[in-house]
Amino acid sequence: MITAERKPFPEIKASIKPYEKILMVGCGTCVAECAAGGEKEVALLASLLRMDAAREGRKTEIKEMTVDRQCVYEFIDQVTALADQYDVILSLGCGAGVQAMAEVLPKIHIIPALNTTCIAETREAGVWLEDCRGCGDCKLDHFADICPITRCAKGLFNGPCGGSKDGHCEVDPEALCAWHQIITRLEETGRTESMDEVYPPANWAKKQGKGPRKIVREDQRA
Amino acid sequence: MTESRLKKVLTMGHFAVTAECGPPKGADPEVIRSKGRLLKAYVDSVNVTDNQTGVVRLSSLASCVILKGEGLDPVLQMVTRDRNRIALQSDVLGASALGIRNILCLSGDHQSLGNQPEAKGVFDLDSMQLLQVVRRMRDKGVILGGDQLSSMPELFIGAVENPFGDPQHYRVTRLAKKVRAGAEFIQTQCIYNLDRFKEFMREVVNRGLDGKVAILGGVTPLKSARMAEYMAKNVAGMDIPAGVIDRMKASPAKGERQEGIRIAVETIQALTQIKGVRGVHIMAIEWEEAVPELVEKAGLLPRP
Repeated sequence: MITAERKPFPEIKASIKPYEKILMVGCGTCVAECAAGGEKEVALLASLLRMDAAREGRKTEIKEMTVDRQCVYEFIDQVTALADQYDVILSLGCGAGVQAMAEVLPKIHIIPALNTTCIAETREAGVWLEDCRGCGDCKLDHFADICPITRCAKGLFNGPCGGSKDGHCEVDPEALCAWHQIITRLEETGRTESMDEVYPPANWAKKQGKGPRKIVREDQRA
Repeated sequence: MTESRLKKVLTMGHFAVTAECGPPKGADPEVIRSKGRLLKAYVDSVNVTDNQTGVVRLSSLASCVILKGEGLDPVLQMVTRDRNRIALQSDVLGASALGIRNILCLSGDHQSLGNQPEAKGVFDLDSMQLLQVVRRMRDKGVILGGDQLSSMPELFIGAVENPFGDPQHYRVTRLAKKVRAGAEFIQTQCIYNLDRFKEFMREVVNRGLDGKVAILGGVTPLKSARMAEYMAKNVAGMDIPAGVIDRMKASPAKGERQEGIRIAVETIQALTQIKGVRGVHIMAIEWEEAVPELVEKAGLLPRP
């Protein structure tokens, strides 16, 4: 999933300060799964904002809504119907959600309430670990299904470096050394021969391309 | 035409002596020159670090040129942390054009550990890939992507290896990979645990790697018991046995540096006896003055 974290309350408060009528829009998919921008989190943030306004004697009107997927136009249509009744939209979607809404609603100011972080897996309750940088050229099978671009601090393709200690990374001693894990898993699955090859330089054009990457699938187009 | 003194010394079968020289956190060339003058008669080559530990310093290439002007044979360290493949390949050509004849390819310490923790780490290539790229530039005159160079860089190509890194049983395989990628000489991490290093070298010799690459054992003289304890605890991939720390602790405060020198001299002398070790690389961190004494006491003077 795409993971995100809610911005600190003072930052959100400052960004919506000029506005009285606020439409809060959550997203029911990735950011709901990581407890940052789903229906519950929208309700919680809305209450905090209302209480804060009441305490300071400010007038505010907050409408809460959560769409299934903020990055898909047909769901954003639910927002369009209400948008012109509000001064601002406070989005609890990821960066794709905010930008998709901006595309559909060209005249409305949309403010992000989340910091989008990464593509991650749920490690345990309340713990999400990044494991994909979306490089566009997946070679996970070569690396025992552990991505060195994402999980090695230096993104080494021919690691490990000389700095790991007891299987932990020197950059973040709490993190496991990705290469320690790769080698262990290759050994355990009898695939050590791939460790002898010098893995060639990556094709970053597949990640950076010529600006934003675009997928066009003729078979999916109306 | 200049040639690599390091390569020449190794080819002639001498036990090579190199030392590390850290550029200053400032623009004064005199700091480099005086370090160079201090080391000149005692070492075959001087290895210049490239913003080590991610701290901004006078550039490695500029320092190398200054040292060359003082008559030394510099080894240019080049890390992949700060430059993409365009800049790396360009600097390889530039170094050769400026008369630098040795290059050491590394990934570099992670930017978060230095004084620019908000920097974007580049790591377009890793050290293994950089080795391969430099080797092809030199031997085939070809850059990444296949374009032909109008003339080839002349460089003696090196890499680093940590015999004490994790996972331990993988270290010789990794060295073999660096040799396959193109390394002609190797500088090792500081050696304090000679038993473990000997074990590493036995495996190196068993695999026939000693015939393919010149290994320079890394030696760092300890300044104090505190430094030893700090390094053992905080520097990842560093193996300092309790016996070494005890020796430092047992010496009186005033004699600690001398004890550090004694341990380093004994280590260098032991290295000269280990099959496959072709030289020593002395990393006297901010203590370059120790190098002449070390080399002299280890019986490695005069230099060829």
